[in-house]
Amino acid sequence: MVSNRKKKYSTGEGAQFISRKAALKKLQLSLNDFRRLCIIKGIYPREPRNRKRAQKGVPGIKMLYHIKDIQFLMHEPIIWKLREYKIFNRKVGRAKAVKDFKAMRRYLENHPTLKLDHIVKERYPSFIDALRDLDDCLTLCFLFSTFPSLPHIPRSQSDLCRRLTMEFLHAIIEAKALRKVFISIKGYYYQAEIKGQTITWIVPHHFSFEPQSKAEVDFKIMSTFVEFYTIMLGFVNFRLYHTLNLFYPPKFAIMDNPNEGEKALADENIFVAERVAALNIPLSKTVLGGEEETEIDNFDMGENAEATEEARKEIESIKVLKTLFNGMKFYLNREVPREPLVFIIRCFGGEVSWDKSLFIGATFAETDESITHQIVDRPSMEKKYISRYYIQPQWIFDCVNTRNLLPVSKYFMGEILPPHLSPFVDKERDESYVPPEERALYDQDAVEQMHKEESEDESDNVEDLNEETEVDVKMLEDNNKLKLGVKAGEIEKEAPWVKKREERQEYKLREKMIKKKHRNLYKSMMNAKRERGKEAWLLNKKRKLHDQKEKVKNKSKKKLTIKQIIIQLFFIYLFQSLVSIFFIRNNQI
Amino acid sequence: MRNKNIQDYTGNAAETGKFVRISKETQNSKPSKGNEFRIKTKRKDVVSSKENDEYADYDTSDEEDIRNTVGNIPMKWYDEYKHLGYDWDGKPIVKPESGDKIDDFLKRMENPEFWRTVKDPQTGQDVVLGDEDIQLIKRIQAQKIPDVSFDEYAPWIEWFTSEVMKTPVRKFPEHKRSFLPSKSEQRKISKLVHALKMGWIKTKAEQDALRAKKEPQFYMLWATDDQAEEMRRIHKHIAPPKRQLPGHAESYNPPPEYLFDEKEMKQWNKQKNDPSKRKLHFVPQKFESLRKVPAYSRYIKERFLRCLDLYLCPRAIKMKLTIEPEALVPKLPSPRDLQPFPTVLCMEYEGHKDMVRTISPDPTGQYLASGSDDHTVKIWEVNTGRCLKTIQTNDIVRCVQWCPNTALSLIAVASGNRLLLLNPHVGDYLICSKTDTVLKEASEIISIDTMEIPERVRSSVKWEEPNDEEYHTGIRVCLKHFKEITQVTWHCKGDYFATVMPDGQNRSVLISQLSKRRSQLPFSKSKGLVQSVLFHPLRPLLFVATQRHVRIYDLVKQQLVKKLMTNSRWISTMAVHPAGDNLLVATYDRKILWFDLDLSTKPYQTLRLHGTAVRGVAYHKRYPLFASGSDDRSLIVSHGMVYNDLLKNPLIVPLKRFQDHQPHNDFGVFDVKFHPLQPWVFSSGGDGTIKLYSN
Repeated sequence: MVSNRKKKYSTGEGAQFISRKAALKKLQLSLNDFRRLCIIKGIYPREPRNRKRAQKGVPGIKMLYHIKDIQFLMHEPIIWKLREYKIFNRKVGRAKAVKDFKAMRRYLENHPTLKLDHIVKERYPSFIDALRDLDDCLTLCFLFSTFPSLPHIPRSQSDLCRRLTMEFLHAIIEAKALRKVFISIKGYYYQAEIKGQTITWIVPHHFSFEPQSKAEVDFKIMSTFVEFYTIMLGFVNFRLYHTLNLFYPPKFAIMDNPNEGEKALADENIFVAERVAALNIPLSKTVLGGEEETEIDNFDMGENAEATEEARKEIESIKVLKTLFNGMKFYLNREVPREPLVFIIRCFGGEVSWDKSLFIGATFAETDESITHQIVDRPSMEKKYISRYYIQPQWIFDCVNTRNLLPVSKYFMGEILPPHLSPFVDKERDESYVPPEERALYDQDAVEQMHKEESEDESDNVEDLNEETEVDVKMLEDNNKLKLGVKAGEIEKEAPWVKKREERQEYKLREKMIKKKHRNLYKSMMNAKRERGKEAWLLNKKRKLHDQKEKVKNKSKKKLTIKQIIIQLFFIYLFQSLVSIFFIRNNQI
Repeated sequence: MRNKNIQDYTGNAAETGKFVRISKETQNSKPSKGNEFRIKTKRKDVVSSKENDEYADYDTSDEEDIRNTVGNIPMKWYDEYKHLGYDWDGKPIVKPESGDKIDDFLKRMENPEFWRTVKDPQTGQDVVLGDEDIQLIKRIQAQKIPDVSFDEYAPWIEWFTSEVMKTPVRKFPEHKRSFLPSKSEQRKISKLVHALKMGWIKTKAEQDALRAKKEPQFYMLWATDDQAEEMRRIHKHIAPPKRQLPGHAESYNPPPEYLFDEKEMKQWNKQKNDPSKRKLHFVPQKFESLRKVPAYSRYIKERFLRCLDLYLCPRAIKMKLTIEPEALVPKLPSPRDLQPFPTVLCMEYEGHKDMVRTISPDPTGQYLASGSDDHTVKIWEVNTGRCLKTIQTNDIVRCVQWCPNTALSLIAVASGNRLLLLNPHVGDYLICSKTDTVLKEASEIISIDTMEIPERVRSSVKWEEPNDEEYHTGIRVCLKHFKEITQVTWHCKGDYFATVMPDGQNRSVLISQLSKRRSQLPFSKSKGLVQSVLFHPLRPLLFVATQRHVRIYDLVKQQLVKKLMTNSRWISTMAVHPAGDNLLVATYDRKILWFDLDLSTKPYQTLRLHGTAVRGVAYHKRYPLFASGSDDRSLIVSHGMVYNDLLKNPLIVPLKRFQDHQPHNDFGVFDVKFHPLQPWVFSSGGDGTIKLYSN
């Protein structure tokens, strides 16, 4: 018997992948439904190893899904919910068309709802997995919490986002998990560390919502993402609150004594939501009692001594960071963005308040004498208190990133601020440019030396002249003394550049012996390195030019001021002399 | 309803003149009702002052009424006509002249009654309202009843009684139905009750509860932190990569060097159509204070693009190397440990007027022969750099080769299509004179067996004796070939030598024996353009390099032993290791191939040390060195150690690169030769010099 001939692409990579069109056909879903399903289930196309084979010989580039992913979708119960939606839409549409509004209302009241709890568990089998994927979730939820109600984005969704993100911030405050903060032109970057996972999210600046054209942004897709992310964030919040011994949904200690007249008036939900958004009121705990900081024992790890030492240092610096603003009392002026600053200050143990009329939750007034820092973002103020520093908000951010309290003098009200540096730059990468301010942060000695050198340079010029004359005198003396004699032999020193050049040549020859397999890789790596070097060089050059310009400016300013002072003095002198003359005359008279 | 018009005429001398008063009285037909009222309107028609004067003389009392008879029609129908309608006599009423704005203004200024003057649309005349009219208007404005005489607070007259009587004033009793509960309502109610019971309709409380239930409910989804309680069912999940974290450039207050200067801004604008090529995806900006930072306009777009990436971008796992590029460079022993090798330029031999194509040191290492395009062969003393002898030939010298036999002082010179064997008469006098005698004896022998030479050989080469002049310059034997010779090579014993004529087709290689003055053609078939030929130093093997391959022939068995695949386009020369089992092949396509003959027919290592065509390679006889020279003017000396142990592969380390020759018509180094005893290397170049590098 002759066996059937094997058809092409029936095994191997050709059978492993399925195009989107085929997948739609197989799942019997519309493209919109399929998209929604993929977003919710976290299914994505895959890059095949051999595209031609994966596409079964079809030219062009197609969106390819793994066949197993599609089979996985096929068994998903929410597919039925999506079909229900389809039917629901049809029913409502019909009722509307025949003007049967009673039926329409009835249908609308009983609209089908997607339940996504099981999908959260399925996509993130462990809590750590969920934390690892929290970056996008938080960024999108923070964005949505600023949205007005739009077509495809119900009001309730943005409200839910607002609620959940505020709850998350409370959890971070309670856990003191914030590590790095950064003000970028896009928004505020925060990096927190929870259970060993670093989570970075962005909160946009005020008034970030702008209407977008339909071709640019499809809010429907984003809304579908948010639909899943809110559920996920809710569960993450629940678990975080639980581990921190907090009530979820959050409760306040103040709420327990309902003697406040305020509370009786307000709706309870709104009352809580406002207090949560204030970020200034500590949540009540399920278990009362102080936290115990576990001390890490010191073990000698022969080989990894350095690594353990580094780790210990890190732990200590984090310990310092957690209590960075302890005992400080901040007052926010009304022009300062409240939310980010309150969040950061509270994360590191500071007390904070603001104008009562600005937002609910202010705990003390501006007149409080115990305020240590007032955060101001205006050039000057009329009424100032001597007992506190008036500083600009950047101080808070820079302090957190350097993990200690920086001197406030550079951040006073009206000062020109030092550059705000990103804490996310990898310091160990070679050939990368390090701005002088950053270098100054990490080794103070280098900066001091730099300053010294600068001052020396100026004095050098004077000294040089003196030295030269001295040398000349000595030379003359020597010539007189030694006319005949034996000189001690001098060791001929090889110029250092000769050796270097030789080494470079040797290396160049060795470079030619790289295996053919690695040659292209090596070339591209070296090109990238060179490119990075070039970038760094360019930045360095720009900085130098800028510094020179600044110097010239400062000098001319100084000169001007000196001139002004001289002129002033002159006038004062003139005035005095005139006065004296006047007096003398008077006396004479 | 009845209308009654009362006309009365009054003359007012103090006023503007004649007035016509029309009194219109409207009387209600039901005065008893009380809500009706009477309107009394009086109009004063102002006739133009001309008319006034006209009638003033004789007629004052009785004036005709110019009442319009058109009736109650919209007066705009007469807008386009000169008249306004018709009077009692059927004559058209002419529209009075209406003054322009100035007249109007003057009237307003002059006439104190102007404020109460109104235009009658029926007659087109101005009417001055009387006091009664104005009072009426005022009352209407004040929302009072226009009739002054009407009493609002007159006592109420009850036409119907307000008292409810006990029994109706009806003839029939109420129907029974009105005492029984409604059936249809009951039906409706029972329907509602049933719906409530069945849960089809929800009460308000129930609805709220349901709505609360529909909102997401959160509970403890994960029991522990890091234990997976459920399998992640997705197949080979690839987690999405995290967003790149921002650098200093993204700061709201970056260091000044990160801001774009004009050039960079220009570049940025230029790449508008291809934003992926931009260095940064945003323009760095500096703000004085946090207060001044605006919202980022592309923020939503960026978030959207990230969403698209998450669900649309194909994912694959890519290995990322974390090694430094230096780790890819092979670890080789340091050249310092591999000394001695030539390190410095020691001597230059100048004298040739054209390119020096070939050099050859004598077996003792005292002298050096060189052949050049200026048709000369020069003999140099190695240590002093003196040119001892210059021998003029008739053609370009393509190859000189010193006879390896130390008992003979003989150089083979390929000049054009003649091969000259010349005795340079340098060095040991005895050897020189002995060489002369030996050659003379040999020439006497040949006359005996010239007959045996086959026709094929005879037509390709002719052994000749030099004439006296030539003999005087040192030429002892002269072989006239039928084509141009490019290479000559000696067998290690110094008796046989082979010549290469690339144009000779199947007669391109010729092997000659000096002692018997005999030549033979080893190949009957052409295998390609022969580039170079070499004798194996120990065994009777012949290496023949054609354009692409190197063939090894056994001369005794007269058969092909091996064919080496060079995998290159065009071979230039080759050199064989003194032990005989390694071969270096230089090619015009920049490569140097090291063949280990014991290993395989493919190159053991391909060295790409040069940037251009390689023209010369050489092995050192004693030291583990080899050198190569190329058109990029560079001479590279490398360490090439061959071990006796068969399991150990040769070690190749490039040691030193020299670049001292001047470029000449794109030619750099032509020939490279090692000193036979010392670790020195000679190179000849296109610039007409020969250089000696010593350690």
